Amino acid sequence: MCLAIPGRITEVEGATGLVDFGGVTRETSLTLVPNAAPGDYVLVHAGFAIEILSEEEAEETLSLFRDLAGALGDEP
Amino acid sequence: MDRERFSSEPEARALVARIRELVDGPAALMEVCGTHTVAISRFGIRSLMPDDLRLLSGPGCPVCVTPQREIDRAIAVARDPRAIVVTFGDMMRVPGSGSTLEREKASGADVRIVYSPLDALEVASLSPDREVVFLGIGFETTSPTIAATVIAAEERGIANFSVLPLFKLVPPALHMLAALPGRALDGFICPGHVSTIIGSSAYEPVASRHNMPCVVVGFEPLDILGGIVMLLEQIREVRGGGDARVENEYGRAVTPEGNVRAQELLDRVFEVRDSDWREIGEIEKSGYGFSSEFVDYDARVKLDVDVPLDAEATGCICGEIMLGTKLPTDCPLFATRCVPRDPVGPCMVSSEGACAAFYKYERNEG
Amino acid sequence: MANQEKEEPGAGARISLAHGSGGTLMHELIEDTLLSRIGNPVLNDLDDSAVLPDLLGRALEGGRVALTTDSFVVQPLFFPGGDIGKLAVCGTVNDLAMKGALPAYLTLGLIAEEGLPLSDLERALSSLGRTAESAGVRVAAGDTKVVERGAVGGLMLNTAGLGVVPAGRNLGAGNVREGDVVIVSGMIGDHETAILLAREELKVSESIESDCAPLHSLAETVLGACPETRMMRDPTRGGLATTLCEIASSSGLGVTVDEARVPVRESVASVCDILGFDPIYMANEGKAVIVAPPDGAEPIMKALRGHELGRDAALIGEVGGRPGVHMRTRVGGLRPIVMLEGVQLPRIC
Repeated sequence: MCLAIPGRITEVEGATGLVDFGGVTRETSLTLVPNAAPGDYVLVHAGFAIEILSEEEAEETLSLFRDLAGALGDEP
Repeated sequence: MDRERFSSEPEARALVARIRELVDGPAALMEVCGTHTVAISRFGIRSLMPDDLRLLSGPGCPVCVTPQREIDRAIAVARDPRAIVVTFGDMMRVPGSGSTLEREKASGADVRIVYSPLDALEVASLSPDREVVFLGIGFETTSPTIAATVIAAEERGIANFSVLPLFKLVPPALHMLAALPGRALDGFICPGHVSTIIGSSAYEPVASRHNMPCVVVGFEPLDILGGIVMLLEQIREVRGGGDARVENEYGRAVTPEGNVRAQELLDRVFEVRDSDWREIGEIEKSGYGFSSEFVDYDARVKLDVDVPLDAEATGCICGEIMLGTKLPTDCPLFATRCVPRDPVGPCMVSSEGACAAFYKYERNEG
Repeated sequence: MANQEKEEPGAGARISLAHGSGGTLMHELIEDTLLSRIGNPVLNDLDDSAVLPDLLGRALEGGRVALTTDSFVVQPLFFPGGDIGKLAVCGTVNDLAMKGALPAYLTLGLIAEEGLPLSDLERALSSLGRTAESAGVRVAAGDTKVVERGAVGGLMLNTAGLGVVPAGRNLGAGNVREGDVVIVSGMIGDHETAILLAREELKVSESIESDCAPLHSLAETVLGACPETRMMRDPTRGGLATTLCEIASSSGLGVTVDEARVPVRESVASVCDILGFDPIYMANEGKAVIVAPPDGAEPIMKALRGHELGRDAALIGEVGGRPGVHMRTRVGGLRPIVMLEGVQLPRIC
């Protein structure tokens, strides 16, 4: 359930934004993310941005993967 | 947000090695999200897992859990020349008791596929003399987009628009699955995009009441592999006497509290009701109906289309597949009598259904 | 309206049922609209059948004749990178070229709908004429019908093609051997994505160009670089995945490809992501899938990269491994590839 893909907001006009998905732009409703601003990455589902993505958290998750991978062999 | 970085092969290899290290006996993890079903199949994740680790697909496809009677209702609406039925593509091939929306469209019914519920509102404003009925399927990810569309219809004074509410809620289904006798599951891969709306804290009662490890997981290859590692580590702790908890692998999109704005819209437009899940049965407080303020947009009330009760006797085992006790390949109808072109059971219908995903991506694995 | 048409022929003029009646209007249509754009000495005779004086310099000695036909029902009629006229030449020329045939003649069946703007027909035929010229083929025979409004979505075309397979050339799945390499001549999925966006239902602001192109010269380039090439197919409807499944099933051998090596444009991948589609199932109209012996890989890749239609060519996999088609995923998993049962429908939930 719930195909949603990340894109970057390029323009905001009222409750509508233009979102760039790797080279294609689609008008997207920002009704569910009232604080979204140009430059933000948002997760888009069915024409609506449903959340602003946190780049900081993304980095943290990637470093967590590195740690998990790094923990290899530490187990008894 | 570079998605490539979440599918890097060296890290994937390391995570797979870690999974193999952590699995020291039979374990079963269940995802309850059709997009997880598809992603696991599409990335070939099962082929990387040790034999003892089973990845099960639960009732995660909203199309698949929509009762046949509701499909019949949508078909009855579509047959009325005064109506236009607007839907997401997945509903087109779901069998009702005698037909599908795809077949009705071929025989002349006005059925339109859209990408966004807002597109349905456009259809309504362009056809003011027809009743435009949107099929409101979906979990908590989709229902806020439809709530927002209903509010937009009210603001714009579009009166010829209504929604057939077929929404389902995820946490009540998880409670039901976790409480099944025999405890076939060791942990939940919680649906990332549902969690974006409801927040990771929504699963805390599931984890604590059933001592069931829960990890909110994203949809890129490393998300899924990393989520499995987190679950396996937690399962090890729980088996050693620890308490299960909710962890969040998908922090870039999911907060503990979720999308508060979306929750407000849901509370305003809908109210929680008991709901019938196809092949599973009624689950308490697991669906949405319209609140009294927005009852004018409830197609069920507005159109009063009556359809006979379900007569589901298909011989398929979709119910057991969705409860995690059987795999699609255990079904005698799988890939013989039941194929995506002519599905018998709901799990074969949607491309997100467990059987359809197995058919498309993993049939040769048997 | 009728008056206006008389005053400004060409500008607001539309096709009417009279254009298909066999009377003067039809003859005017054929002479003015068709022959001026696709005419040649053979077609200009307008006789009951075309009697071909030669094979346009293609020597038949010892070779064989290839014959194919295809119908074109694309909507919209005009799209970025092509139109129904261009497509009607490319589709048939490519079917000939994939069998190693040198395309020579086409026939053209044209079914227009009343109300179709004459300018649209002219535009499509001009494009058809230009594409035929660039592919070195001539339209030798044709037929025109007009049907009632709403019957064919404006315009439908059918072309049949005749070409010559030179002596000694015998491409086909029967030649495929374990260990052969599988090459695709460029980015996949452009055509179907272009059509999707051109329908404007997805409300995406950019457009993507269809890859629609005649492959006759690319095919000769491949066969020049490696005369032992086993087979070629153009992955049209059903896309790369379906073509690979056909190769596996007709050769009776397994095919294994690497996801990371399959060339997909970022914008095409994004549109597919939005809709829940898979680019390997998206149609192409200017791509070839080539199976060749292992020592043909290097010369073919070098030749393709020097050809304007093959710059993004990639060696994507090999013949062998498990039966059927399998894809090694980016993260090292193995995913079976099967044919689609029907069309892909956009999935949101």
